[in-house]
Amino acid sequence: MASQAIIFRETRESKGFYFLLVILGAFLALGALAFFHAEHHGHYVTGMTNQVVWGLPHVFAIGLIVAASGALNVGSIGTVFGKKIYQPMGRLSALLAISLLIGGLIVLVLDLGHPDRLIIAMTTYNFKSIFAWNIILYNGFLALSAVYIWTMMDRKAKPFYKLAGVAAFTWRLILTTGTGSIFGFLVARDFYNSAIMAPLFIVMSFAMGLAVFILVLHFAYSWTGRPLGDAVMNRLRYLLAVFIGGVLLLEGARHFTGLYIAQKAGVENFILFEGGIYTQLFWVGQIMLGSLLPLSLIFCRKLGSNRIALLFAAFFTVLGGFAQLYVILVGGQAYPLMLFPGADVSSDYFDGVVNAYVPSVWELMLGLGGVALALVMVTVGVKVLRFLPDSLSDAVVEPHN
Amino acid sequence: MNQNRVYEYRRNFIMSLGGVAAVGVIGSGFVLQTASAAGEIAAKPADQPVTNAKRWGMLIDVTKLTDGGAAMVAACKQEHGWGDEMHSADAQKAHWSRVVKVTDKLTQNSFSLPVMCQHCEKPPCVDVCPTGASMKRADGIVQVNKHICIGCRYCMMACPYKARSFVHEPLQDQKPHSPRGMGTVESCNMCVHRIDEGRLPACVEAAPDAVIFGDLNDPNSAVSQAMKTVGGKQIRADLGLNTGVRYHGI
Ligand code: SF4
Ligand code: SF4
Repeated sequence: MASQAIIFRETRESKGFYFLLVILGAFLALGALAFFHAEHHGHYVTGMTNQVVWGLPHVFAIGLIVAASGALNVGSIGTVFGKKIYQPMGRLSALLAISLLIGGLIVLVLDLGHPDRLIIAMTTYNFKSIFAWNIILYNGFLALSAVYIWTMMDRKAKPFYKLAGVAAFTWRLILTTGTGSIFGFLVARDFYNSAIMAPLFIVMSFAMGLAVFILVLHFAYSWTGRPLGDAVMNRLRYLLAVFIGGVLLLEGARHFTGLYIAQKAGVENFILFEGGIYTQLFWVGQIMLGSLLPLSLIFCRKLGSNRIALLFAAFFTVLGGFAQLYVILVGGQAYPLMLFPGADVSSDYFDGVVNAYVPSVWELMLGLGGVALALVMVTVGVKVLRFLPDSLSDAVVEPHN
Repeated sequence: MNQNRVYEYRRNFIMSLGGVAAVGVIGSGFVLQTASAAGEIAAKPADQPVTNAKRWGMLIDVTKLTDGGAAMVAACKQEHGWGDEMHSADAQKAHWSRVVKVTDKLTQNSFSLPVMCQHCEKPPCVDVCPTGASMKRADGIVQVNKHICIGCRYCMMACPYKARSFVHEPLQDQKPHSPRGMGTVESCNMCVHRIDEGRLPACVEAAPDAVIFGDLNDPNSAVSQAMKTVGGKQIRADLGLNTGVRYHGI
């Protein structure tokens, strides 16, 4: 692992620290307000219905959960694949992973019809349910990431460093497979029912998690006045490009096969061409802004080591990831269920029509509350424990490269 | 298959060989169930557990439903009190059953049918439910245990028939025999409270000429006999769920 030159230190107390906490705290308060509002009145105050049963909160929750497992990758590349330059970032990577996961889970839990019954969900398992597996997978991920951090922080635990890293990495692959399978196993809905969902979610997590990591790393260093060199950032930059390319490849495969399979052709047509907002989100949000723009920001020669370009690339990758999840989740439900293939169906309960969904402000507040919670945990984490190397300047990092 | 059923089959088979089987003659359409069909449902004493000796199901003859099933839907609504939520938008209100109109794109042939929970033999809603709140009773009835449902709605994502509803607001004046609750999922439970008393489901009573209800495991029951003669189609049979609600004329 890193030589003496890499010193980990808590961030210092400063006005900026408290300012950040106040801002994030405000979002947390809004999230709590949204939760109590929906809890008291019922879900009719949200835009979710009995036709579109999972909405914006689920987009946020799954986005955060997917990013969480991806955020752990930076550490894994250092530990599992022995890439030295990534090792100093391992602690932050695991902290971010834990924080994002908890942020995502809190949104998921608070959106339940009965959040008060969480204890039932934790104790009564139907082992056939992928959701039930996921509850186990999430808890295991939190535990393994914590152990992984411990092996990085405590000299006595050092001998277990590699083992913990490998375990956490393996677990996160299974975890994202589980998240993707939440959709992959739904035979009822043409847009989901496919084995490609699991690998797709894995590459999505690589891209989103790394993008979030890049943003957090940059701001953590610039706001605390610590040096962060181009050597590290350029590594992450090209890695991000690889992951974005991976998502594009699998999305392409998914839609092409979908267009060929008669049963899926209808919903593919809907998403790719006729789906209004979903079509726009797909082409403009996910493909252009979320994939092609970051790729050009990364590969444009003139932008070489331009930090701002990289930050924008990361930001748009996150945005594209959320657009993609929105299209998958909401778009997949907006397209009507097929009761009678080859026939037009109608009823007084929205059969055969595209289901409308407009997220309410409460759902947005709840989702942002989850994001804020994740960021608070990171901010406080780096303040109280030694997560961040004092310096990641080229001079410090290069010898370990 | 459980042992009892095997014996039952053998017995019935031998009986029919001997021509003793008391089977109603079923002609081109149905011999329609009367009170005698109701007599097939013996009340289940409250202290006895539900067994898988029976599998409840129904055959709906769409050609005989002059209203497309509207009376059946109305009876269900009346029986369980769903759908009158005050604040929920139309798309949020509970629907345990609804009339769906189907028109073939090519032939323009058109019919209407009531769609409710199909009481699948292999219910996807039960598979995905994390807590086991969605469950299939031994006698084939699929329902939600409202006490352990956490309201995640995963079952609604999984049901191919949009048969389930989430309750979006607090409810008042509920029917004692059909408790419902905000934040949980609900769906047609085949009027389990009636069946256990030996009565017919409310919707079946509302369309006596078009629906036969009974035990699908019993080859001699009116419903099994009718299906054997006229067939009983499933909606989305391609999904292989082996539904307990079957249709004739679709
Ligand atoms: S119709 Fe839907 S709710 Fe009913 S058993 Fe089948 S999957 Fe479950
Ligand atoms: S909403 Fe309730 S019944 Fe449906 S899957 Fe979740 S816990 Fe089970």
